[in-house]
Amino acid sequence: MQDPPSAAELVRAVAAFLRDEALPALEGRNAYLARVSANTLEIVAREIEAAPAADVAERARLLALLGRSDDDDATLVQLNAELCRHIETGSIGADTPGLLAHLWTTTLAALAVDQPGYSGYRRALEEAPPENPPAPTPDG
Amino acid sequence: MVDIEALAGTVRGFEPSSRGIDGLRRLTGGASQETWSFDVLRGEAPPLGLILRRVPGGAGGSPGADPRKASLADEAGLLGLAARAGVPVPKVLAVLPPDGALGAGYLMSRVEGETIPRRFLREPRFAAARAGLARQCGEILARLHSIPLADLPPLRIAPAAIELEDYVRRHRSYGWPKPVFELAIRWLRERAPADDITPVLVHGDFRSGNLMIDEQGVAAVLDWELAHLGDPMEDLGWMCVNPWRFGMDQHPVGGFGSREDLFAGYEAAGGMRVDPERVRYWQVLGTLKWGVMCAGMLAVFRSGEDRSVERVAIGRRASEAAIDLLRLMAGRD
Repeated sequence: MQDPPSAAELVRAVAAFLRDEALPALEGRNAYLARVSANTLEIVAREIEAAPAADVAERARLLALLGRSDDDDATLVQLNAELCRHIETGSIGADTPGLLAHLWTTTLAALAVDQPGYSGYRRALEEAPPENPPAPTPDG
Repeated sequence: MVDIEALAGTVRGFEPSSRGIDGLRRLTGGASQETWSFDVLRGEAPPLGLILRRVPGGAGGSPGADPRKASLADEAGLLGLAARAGVPVPKVLAVLPPDGALGAGYLMSRVEGETIPRRFLREPRFAAARAGLARQCGEILARLHSIPLADLPPLRIAPAAIELEDYVRRHRSYGWPKPVFELAIRWLRERAPADDITPVLVHGDFRSGNLMIDEQGVAAVLDWELAHLGDPMEDLGWMCVNPWRFGMDQHPVGGFGSREDLFAGYEAAGGMRVDPERVRYWQVLGTLKWGVMCAGMLAVFRSGEDRSVERVAIGRRASEAAIDLLRLMAGRD
């Protein structure tokens, strides 16, 4: 176990220095890059805090979508690659129960880290996840 | 750096009153084409603002191997054709020979105005310009699309299916699974518009950020390097891609206007009748392209070609495209 300050606290302190102290003393391209650097460190801080829980939840959803058991040891990248293959070949698609909700939740979690100010994200937060097209009515 | 003597000599060729070069500064960085701004001193007459655009590194520099990009000489030719068609563009004043001291490229007039979207989308002094901008963009695109094919330099031809598969290949080459992109690829493949429109000259990057805006509206259309032959609806759809609204997403066209105004301007200036569904298809494809481009920035960073924080950080903007794609496929936006 690492003693405090936490990694997120350290990174936030550097981001604050860049934004509040270094940036006003710089101009032109260096000022721009200082702002980009501060934003980038804030991504890192948010990821340190949010990713562990988000990854666990994403993994559980992927295992369910792919019909795998809970104790499967595939990595998240491997599970996502398998989901991509299914989508590419059509064996999983927009009409597969749970797919759109999974992608919506996963994308919102990524944006909460990457770009929480992005207009498309702000809109999406106010919306319900897209629904699968209605299942065809069974005949007979 | 730029060979000032050679630059001054070239300038004297079209501006005999030139007394020297002042204020030379580079506007763009990185490994793409170089853009420099400078003033020509003319004694009693006011200085003349010019732009130099040339291959990276100048003399002996290579134009790069991106087959998607038009050559600088072709770009200069397109600016001349666009001007004749009534598209506001900088005036090309000299085309630089590839074996010259400045490297391949061209000199053009520097158009004054504002390119930074967060300024012209928000500052009150542009309010009147903004009100007419969507219609004006439609009119400009109609004129641009009317440039006779026979006049054009050789350009790549990319109707929707070719453009889509080009970006699918690029995405796959990065080797990182993105299920939302995969779903969008399927969506786009299933809905590819009929290849029934004669290809026209398409700007390829017509959007907020590549337009010089003044208080009257569009002063110049810039950044022609992605020009190609394709579906005219591509340019209309690209204008509607969400990142180009720069946060002002209540205005679907570029953060300043409505689709209705864009389409009305396009049709009034002689453009073909607009099929909104086809424009929307190109908006979805454009959104996927933006997401793939973001991932491509990471590839450039990892290759060592550009190790800037700016370059690597854009990689994280691919998630913007993911949420936009999910919303678009759900019929939102």
